[in-house]
Amino acid sequence: MSQAGKISYRELVLNGIFKENTIFKLALSLCPSIAVTNNVRNGVLMGAAVLFVQVMVNITISLMRNLIHPRIRLPIFMLVISGWVTVTDMSMAAFAPAAYKQMGLYIQLIVAFASILARAEMFASKNTFVPSMFDGIGMGAGFLLALTVISFFRELLGKGSLWGYQILNAKPLLILVLPAGGFFAVGLLMGLFNWISTKYEGRQ
Amino acid sequence: MSTEFIRLFELVIAASLINNFVFTRFLGLCIFFGVSKRMETAVGMSITFTSVMMVSAALSWLVFTHVMVPLNITFLKIIVFIGIVAGFVQASDTIMRKVARVLYYKLGIYLALISTNCIILAVPLINAGERYTFFESLAFAFGSGIGFSLALIIMASIREKLELADVPEPFKGVPIAFIVTGLIALAFTGFSGLIRI
Repeated sequence: MSQAGKISYRELVLNGIFKENTIFKLALSLCPSIAVTNNVRNGVLMGAAVLFVQVMVNITISLMRNLIHPRIRLPIFMLVISGWVTVTDMSMAAFAPAAYKQMGLYIQLIVAFASILARAEMFASKNTFVPSMFDGIGMGAGFLLALTVISFFRELLGKGSLWGYQILNAKPLLILVLPAGGFFAVGLLMGLFNWISTKYEGRQ
Repeated sequence: MSTEFIRLFELVIAASLINNFVFTRFLGLCIFFGVSKRMETAVGMSITFTSVMMVSAALSWLVFTHVMVPLNITFLKIIVFIGIVAGFVQASDTIMRKVARVLYYKLGIYLALISTNCIILAVPLINAGERYTFFESLAFAFGSGIGFSLALIIMASIREKLELADVPEPFKGVPIAFIVTGLIALAFTGFSGLIRI
């Protein structure tokens, strides 16, 4: 039945993290990669929210896939996604009100993520429950990893702190916490990611 | 009356220059990097974007104020707004194909792209969050559209030149576009403090 019968779950997860990393490789869903990454706490929270939505959407779609008529599948997918985003949005507002104030709009806009809709369409609607869940974990973890790395560099170099605690006594590159610095940081990290992967593939 | 006009004018300036969607709010980046490769597509996209944004802002304002607030279902705003935008885009796609064929061939492809775009969705969400009046919502949508168009056109003209430049191998494509955007964003920082709202 399932297409992913031969691929192991480990490969599914690793595929999402490295080969099809949403931000560095596919260059999709870039908005929050700059908007919320000027400190590590917001970056990790945002990544976790996306991970949650991605996994839950994949699970829901894979369970419902035999009930959905192919012609109306996209509206149904959007409905499922916006339902789970609403859940995330309201839980975030209840449990982390301080962070929600800064990034509420971006949490609501998870609904417009191309990557989540793409995974629902390409993977979850064709596979069974368990592979879809692992695929969701992989894609979400890739996103979480990218946000963590970006926000790590931006907070450490821009403010000299991590997770709000002061680590360096200086602010080496103040520009990185400014809006413009976000673009520089993501551009440089993407270049680095490309450089590493061409080196790695060249050796094989 | 005149103070109201000044307030609307201030909203347009604030939304287009100071809080520019691309450079200070970081929304719509996917489409910003996707369609800014050629000037022609950038212009077509800007026109479609601004008009869709204004109409969907007006529709969402009417639904939000006259249906959702009285019924006390504002928590459903994400689902409802996405429905409104997608429905409107689909409808205008069909109508344009029948009524204005030439326009459809010019702008139709962009319409399909923007039904679930984050900027189009962000405008009604911000309008609802700030509780703008009807005309303020329209002004905000108009300003946002102008701001996005400005960003797209600046970027497209730079990227057409960038095609000929000698860029290091790992930075080709999106990474160098990010760096260029960073430089433009730095220039746009100069607008902050132009108006106090």
